[in-house]
Amino acid sequence: MRKTEVLVVGGGPAGLSAAIAAASMGAKVLLVDDGLKLGGQLVKQTHKFFGSHRQSAGVRGIKIAGMLLSDIEKLKDKIEVVSNTTATGYYQDDGVVTAMTGEDVYMKIKSERVIIATGASERMLTFPNNDLPGVYGAGAVQTLMNVYGIVPGDRVLMVGAGNIGLIVSYQLMQANVEVATVVEAMPYIGGYLVHASKIRRLGVPIYTSHTILEVYGKDAVEAAAIVKLDSKWQPIPSTKRILNVDTVCLSVGLSPLIELLWQAGCKMKYVPQLGGNVVLRDKYMRTSRRDIFVAGDVAGIEEATSAMLEGKLAGLIAASDLGYAYDGWEADREDTLSSLEELRRGPLSEKIRSGLKEVVVEW
Amino acid sequence: MVKLSEHLRRTGVFSMEEVNRVMPPPEVLKKGPVAVVECIQEIPCDPCHASCPFGAIKEFKDINDLPEIDWEKCTGCTLCVAKCPGLAIFVVDASCDGDDALLKLPYEFYPVPEKGEEVELLNRAGEVVGKGEVRSVIEPHKDGTKVVTVHVPKDMIADVRHVRVVR
Ligand SMILES: Cc1cc2nc3c(=O)[nH]c(=O)nc-3n(C[C@H](O)[C@H](O)[C@H](O)COP(=O)(O)OP(=O)(O)OC[C@H]3O[C@@H](n4cnc5c(N)ncnc54)[C@H](O)[C@@H]3O)c2cc1C
Ligand code: SF4
Ligand code: SF4
Repeated sequence: MRKTEVLVVGGGPAGLSAAIAAASMGAKVLLVDDGLKLGGQLVKQTHKFFGSHRQSAGVRGIKIAGMLLSDIEKLKDKIEVVSNTTATGYYQDDGVVTAMTGEDVYMKIKSERVIIATGASERMLTFPNNDLPGVYGAGAVQTLMNVYGIVPGDRVLMVGAGNIGLIVSYQLMQANVEVATVVEAMPYIGGYLVHASKIRRLGVPIYTSHTILEVYGKDAVEAAAIVKLDSKWQPIPSTKRILNVDTVCLSVGLSPLIELLWQAGCKMKYVPQLGGNVVLRDKYMRTSRRDIFVAGDVAGIEEATSAMLEGKLAGLIAASDLGYAYDGWEADREDTLSSLEELRRGPLSEKIRSGLKEVVVEW
Repeated sequence: MVKLSEHLRRTGVFSMEEVNRVMPPPEVLKKGPVAVVECIQEIPCDPCHASCPFGAIKEFKDINDLPEIDWEKCTGCTLCVAKCPGLAIFVVDASCDGDDALLKLPYEFYPVPEKGEEVELLNRAGEVVGKGEVRSVIEPHKDGTKVVTVHVPKDMIADVRHVRVVR
């Protein structure tokens, strides 16, 4: 049995920030992440980030990961990092977390506070032949290209014009892969219009009110059919078109990775605005179980900036529970809260705000 | 909330009215190089302000505000062009006599154009609308985003927004 004061599950921007904050307070932290490299989504993001320049906006995601990792390194007498390790279970009776390193090393971890920062998983779409090789999630395409330097194919159909679909299209074009078309079922582009304009000027068309019908091919994708949708979301058969593509990239949303929170018996609620089932928590990210906190996409699909701020809050409060503090930490906490509020004040955050109303409670 | 055209929201390409909304007036263009900020949707983003050494992009009261540029203060230095994560800022210089103008565009592709090379000029919809000679390529922040300065006919400064290398 390994013992620690604060266990952080997940090494993305939320988990890294949580570990840094808790360790800065003085707590002993164990950080487990299932990847080979820490950084979560950030290591795949070669584009410059949006957000506040105070939280590194205008800097490429992968660089932000580097900045967080150097803070982790500075606190290495407080933070122990265990990579390639998946937290597999939470046992309510004794509060033990089980984890597995690689395929055969198991461990049990007992921690006074646990911060869950597991991020999200990609959604799939149902259509005929969606199991053919060549149909990818956008995250998989990014991992292949930006982490391993392998292009997924020569010509891609992108499904979904949210920020991820638009950004991954741009990254594909940067890697010299042709993006035949972006289709979006909604009548309007969902991602930031500056991202859309970026790929439009490269000559990539975006078709709103369009979806993928099916994929053709013997052993792998050889073509895909797209179709226009009417105002009741029904395909208009006469508008069906076949595109010669060898890759279909799906970016149709993310779902929070909440399994550990279910196992821990935290109170949950289905809130579509936040991506599905999410956990109830107070404004400092504490769940219905006093010793468990959440931060980042697992608490509701949002962005890296908010993930870092939430992680910081969770880390500060978890450590303060255990009696740790540093000079001015309470001012830091309030500053972090107000940065979060400011970030979410804009018209595009309307959905997030309405979702948060349903899950942020007072314990 | 700022009004955006159906065209922009469906296609990602500015309407004529939106182009006119962001382009500097002729008296500003005559004076020298200035930035055109093509960011008209309220998104939580603000690094353009911090990147401008001349205070030409006003401080944001709220991170969701639209950037506001003071052309009197803007020198056309392109530091914001290379910083903006939306690649939504361009510098136009239509101050020289004759029909020729200079356009400074953010560029993140390979191959990188070379000085003196003729490249294709693309509009906001990615259509080739002409050819122009590259005057210089710089990398202001040494962070991978280059700024390409290209000659374009003066009447195209509101249209051309990308260049493509053809070798
Ligand atoms: C294409 C794309 C572009 C984006 N662009 C921007 C942008 O411009 N600006 C912005 O602010 N945000 C952007 N984002 C969003 C941002 O990347 C995410 O919101 C952010 O990474 C969420 O952080 P997180 O720490 O919650 O989750 P993640 O980054 O997903 O990290 C979670 C980590 O936990 C690990 N993990 C999961 N389960 C377990 C387990 N059981 N045991 C151990 N480890 C586990 C995962 O492997 C991962 O390493 C973008 C996202 C994508 C995909
Ligand atoms: S071009 Fe230079 S001076 Fe003008 S707004 Fe941008 S950074 Fe400021
Ligand atoms: S940095 Fe670019 S995208 Fe961000 S607010 Fe400024 S102009 Fe808009």
